[in-house]
Amino acid sequence: MRQDMGASGVRQGNAPILEARGIVKHFGHVQALQGVDFEAHAGEITAMIGDNGAGKSTLVKILSGVFKPTSGTIFVNGREVSFSSPADAHAQGLETVYQDLSVAQDLSPAANMFMGREKKLPGLLGKLGFLDNVTMRRDSVAAFERLKVSLKDMETPISSLSGGQRQSVAICRSIMWAKSVVFMDEPTAALGVLQTARTLELIRRIRDTGVAIVLISHNMRDVLEVADVVEVLRLGRRIARYKNDGTTSVQDLVGAMTGALDPVAEEFAA
Amino acid sequence: MSIPDTAVEPVTYMAGAAAPTTGKKLRAAMNSSPFYMLLILIVLVGFFSYVSPNFATTFNVRNVFLDASTLMILAIGMTYVMISGGFDLSIGSVLVFSGVLAAKTMEWIGTDNAMTVGAGLLAALVGGLAWGLFNGFCISRLRVSALITTLGSMGSALGLSYLLTGGSDVRTVPNTLIKISTGSFFNVPYLVIITVVFTIIGMVWLHMTRFGRHTYIVGSNPEAARRAGINVGNHQMRLYALSGLLAGVAAMLSLGRFATTTLEGHGNDPLDAITAVVLGGTSLVGGSGTIIGTVIGVFIPAVLSNGFIIMGIAPFWQMVVIGFVVIAAVYADQIKRSRRAA
Ligand SMILES: Nc1ncnc2c1ncn2[C@@H]1O[C@H](COP(=O)(O)OP(=O)(O)OP(=O)(O)O)[C@@H](O)[C@H]1O
Ligand SMILES: [Mg+2]
Repeated sequence: MRQDMGASGVRQGNAPILEARGIVKHFGHVQALQGVDFEAHAGEITAMIGDNGAGKSTLVKILSGVFKPTSGTIFVNGREVSFSSPADAHAQGLETVYQDLSVAQDLSPAANMFMGREKKLPGLLGKLGFLDNVTMRRDSVAAFERLKVSLKDMETPISSLSGGQRQSVAICRSIMWAKSVVFMDEPTAALGVLQTARTLELIRRIRDTGVAIVLISHNMRDVLEVADVVEVLRLGRRIARYKNDGTTSVQDLVGAMTGALDPVAEEFAA
Repeated sequence: MSIPDTAVEPVTYMAGAAAPTTGKKLRAAMNSSPFYMLLILIVLVGFFSYVSPNFATTFNVRNVFLDASTLMILAIGMTYVMISGGFDLSIGSVLVFSGVLAAKTMEWIGTDNAMTVGAGLLAALVGGLAWGLFNGFCISRLRVSALITTLGSMGSALGLSYLLTGGSDVRTVPNTLIKISTGSFFNVPYLVIITVVFTIIGMVWLHMTRFGRHTYIVGSNPEAARRAGINVGNHQMRLYALSGLLAGVAAMLSLGRFATTTLEGHGNDPLDAITAVVLGGTSLVGGSGTIIGTVIGVFIPAVLSNGFIIMGIAPFWQMVVIGFVVIAAVYADQIKRSRRAA
């Protein structure tokens, strides 16, 4: 069901946990985003779709504190926020699985899970900066087990893992830390059929704990399978928002993405 | 947060993932470049001890360790910097500059006691720290490449040293400092003890603390480090500051040992340190490396040149051999990396 995209862009019912209004981002002369509105609700999977270069990753990076928007405002739980670094977004409970995974290939899975948020030993040693590797490894193993990710070796650098396993580490990391929103930029891109199904199932389970999921994917079948809401980006603008209530088809989504079947969207974009 | 454990068919759990077995650790260690380099070192020591009765003497071993100590101190800082993906070509000149600053300070004070040496040490550390911070600032804030920045400060620091001394070495080193530097404890020179202490601290700090962990992350993937909330610029500042500080320490050791500022004596130091670090298995592109590897990497050239001298072979052969060994070591590292990536 296509939703009305009035000026406020707000849908019925509860307030969004994350809301972005009029986000503009210029890279020199490239206008990656030209006033995007976006919202994500707790306990919902919001899919963000769009052609290559539509601006999906750029929007996610802005909402994760990696980029500063050229203009526009971001609200978390209704309060305006401004992220000057990813740590600010982390502090608001926002976590991200980046398209490039953002892992340190030379380090162990546990070191990657706790990257930037390392646990220190209690007492004086901790004050001196000594790491609590035992606890970090134990917590990592627990997180992997909970998400049914199998890693044979917790000691070797993750460069020796398969692409899918590396992706799993990145997903587990974001889920371990997320309190309100998880952005996933093509989290199933490197996964096989079975792993993809498992990841989608996992995404549903996280959603059911009340976290908002923002899922970027080029696979329309996956999107229609798990998403509660689908937001369509084209050329740096949000041009449509669908509620995934069974009436939306792959053709609808593709049409909106490419603009082919969508005079309304053109009007909206103008 | 917790996730209800429903649906999804269970898959293989990680057998033995929680606690790495000693066997596994040992195998991993034996597969690392420091291990191969250690074997080479042992073979070298064995060979020279076998062919020459003058090699494995207390006197000669003492000399090898003394010769290696200054370079070892510099190489600790270089290991940190290179693991983070950087370089520091300025350490030799910074050592000279710090030595000049210390010598001039002590000369100016004019006394000859522990306080004098303390003041000299402070001057050396301040000099080293200042250059380190300057390097770190240019690299992390102005984004000038580490190669160019430290090449520049290599020239500037040496130039300033010549200006401060008028081009001739300062030789008025207080006896107190010389006594410390030439003294020993149960036949182990203080210089060696100091170096061992710094090496152990460097090792523990790199491998067991958050600072060390961040050093690896910054070298492995700086963008990921930034996204993980690590202040990459600040970390780089600290690393170059550390390298400069250690050059200050090395300056005091050198000053005490040679009783002069050795203006001309440190042109090769940065390259020798890089050689040691690379021989020890630290990756040229950052992200991996160990201090123990660097220790081995310092000793291979040191043992080689000492052995050649004792055998009556021109020590220049050491330079020839080490040159090729470094190339081979980097080639081996690249092969290992590309095999892992595949
Ligand atoms: N760091 C950057 N510097 C300059 N231009 C950039 C940068 N990042 C993105 N862009 C530009 O912004 C636009 C949007 O890119 P973005 O990566 O957000 O697209 P996307 O929707 O994620 O595409 P894909 O589906 O291929 O991942 C592109 O034109 C891209 O070239
Ligand atoms: Mg993208």
